[in-house]
Amino acid sequence: MASVQLDHVSKRFGSTHVINGVSLSIEDGEFVVFVGPSGCGKSTLLRLIAGLESITDGDLMIGDQRVNNLTPQERGVGMVFQSYALYPHMSVYDNMAFGLKLEKAGKETVAERINETARILQLEPLLERKPKALSGGQRQRVAMGRAMAREPGILLFDEPLSNLDASLRVQMRNEIARLHGRLGSTMIYVTHDQVEAMTLADKIVVLRAGHIEQVGSPRTLYERPASKFVAGFIGSPAMNFMAATLVDATDTGCRVNVPGLGDIDLPFQARDVARGASLSLGIRPEHLQPGDPEGDNRFDVVNVEYLGNECCIYLDNATDTFLTSRVEAATPITRGDTVSLHLDPQHVHLFDSDERALARTGADRQ
Amino acid sequence: MASHDTAVAGNTSRPSGRERGTRVRRRRVRAAWIFLTPMLIGLLLVAGWPLMRTFWFSMTDASLSQMGGASFIGLENYLVYDDGWYGVLADSLWWNSVWNTLYFTVVSVGCETVLGIIVALVLNANFRGRTLVRAAMLIPWAIPTIVSAKMWAWMLNDQFGIINHILISLGLIDMPLAWTANADLSMWAVIIVDVWKATPFVALLVLAALQMLPSDCYEAARVDGIHPVRVFFKVTLPLITPALLVAVIFRALDALRVFDVIYVLTSNASSTMTMSVYARQQLVEFQDVGYGSAASTLLFLIIALITVAYLYLGRRQLGGDS
Repeated sequence: MASVQLDHVSKRFGSTHVINGVSLSIEDGEFVVFVGPSGCGKSTLLRLIAGLESITDGDLMIGDQRVNNLTPQERGVGMVFQSYALYPHMSVYDNMAFGLKLEKAGKETVAERINETARILQLEPLLERKPKALSGGQRQRVAMGRAMAREPGILLFDEPLSNLDASLRVQMRNEIARLHGRLGSTMIYVTHDQVEAMTLADKIVVLRAGHIEQVGSPRTLYERPASKFVAGFIGSPAMNFMAATLVDATDTGCRVNVPGLGDIDLPFQARDVARGASLSLGIRPEHLQPGDPEGDNRFDVVNVEYLGNECCIYLDNATDTFLTSRVEAATPITRGDTVSLHLDPQHVHLFDSDERALARTGADRQ
Repeated sequence: MASHDTAVAGNTSRPSGRERGTRVRRRRVRAAWIFLTPMLIGLLLVAGWPLMRTFWFSMTDASLSQMGGASFIGLENYLVYDDGWYGVLADSLWWNSVWNTLYFTVVSVGCETVLGIIVALVLNANFRGRTLVRAAMLIPWAIPTIVSAKMWAWMLNDQFGIINHILISLGLIDMPLAWTANADLSMWAVIIVDVWKATPFVALLVLAALQMLPSDCYEAARVDGIHPVRVFFKVTLPLITPALLVAVIFRALDALRVFDVIYVLTSNASSTMTMSVYARQQLVEFQDVGYGSAASTLLFLIIALITVAYLYLGRRQLGGDS
């Protein structure tokens, strides 16, 4: 059983709190991605699980065992490092065999295991090469092979694709996803790239300043972010935010006023919020559709980015609200145009002054 | 445009790019020679000329009092038969010095390498006051050899030396030892002083190499649960080998021509006499410039031979790595 439980885990370096009481449960065979801006503690959290850093407070369980004081090897983890961490003077084969020999596995078992790993990762023709004779993607595969060869219950990845170029990253992303399906081992993956997080994860953990902001499936995080931070972090281009004022709230919804867009009825439960309170209205670029200018609803097109399959339109209005809209590639809108904007209430997010998302009313609750 | 015209004028089918390439190359070669010339002239004056002169004197019967009136006697300084073999190569004292030099070199450089690695590993660890210790470690290397040798001569003095005093008060010896005078001990005394002095040098080079090592490799080894001793021999040592080879050749070349520490501690005693000490004795004390020059020339040849062999083997080993 390679499930992982974190119970109020904290880490301090001197007087700096890097991880603050993180509790998290990871099921056996799950693919979990830690994501967050730099300095949020995601790598530290991974290193705590790996055993490369000691836990200051709290309990870390792997399976049914408390592993706070166990060495990485005793925890049964394998790790893939950002910079690959291959031994430069050893061949690919030796790199993978180095960790195996210790476990007193027979020579033939070692060879078998490595050949099997090499087959899975298509490293067979490279086994005799030194790391410096490999390309970035090949090195990355060797690093994964080395971590896999010991057949650990838990595989840890520390930003493994950040040193690769864009096309290779997509390719390796797919390989990792396939690998997870094939091995079925628990995988914990750290990245600052939210596309990697969205595409790979069963479960995403969004971290911010040493605590968990939200845990959930990629779909939950994208469609029902629990806070303004998560809403802004997940998705590219990022979600638009507009200042809004609460006008009225009933059982079935609420009415907010947004400068430039006027009063809007939204399906949110806002009866606990004082009338006139300032809120933050969020809407993703694809749910913000431009039309002909009307009344106060006038936005200047600052820039149009043509991306082939779609266009991103950057907008600005008299009250200095900067917004992004995502439209089909064939749009006639060009820079300098003036447009109105229409938003679909079903896709709006509303955040209170503490940046927490307001609950949706009745039928829309999920 | 200009090069294109040249190509047309010269009626060649070569692409103009390559034409331009050779011109750039020629200009670079010329610049290289301009930069190299002053150093080549300097080397010829300070190394080439004295070397050739020594080589010439080794073929003459020159003496220190009359260098001008020397006459050519061929290889007689090296080896000659005149009712028995004479010359440097027939002198048992010379072969004794050769043996002493090689013994001194192997033992002292060996000790310096091992100790240097240990010191470097300690200094590479993270501890409070590391900078201070690093600076302190360099002191033996910073003191001029003459000064440190004199210092050690006093410390090793058989009657007043602190070393004997400490050893006696610890009860390790009953009688004071004549470190520098006793033929059985003097070589070790010399080696101890040289190791004391040169270990910081090796440690410094190794420390520099250690700091270049990729730290993530060590974390990978930790995750794989590999024993630190195994990591040292399988990861650290192979990765610092290039720096180690450089340190060893520097030290070996120094040790092969060792003179000062031995001359200060034991003067001309045969038990510690090295090739350099032998050559100086012949050339200065016995005033036999021709004979001394022959010894110096042999010393040069032996060092050159060992260096070439070492570099060849070292390169082959490194070449096999890549």
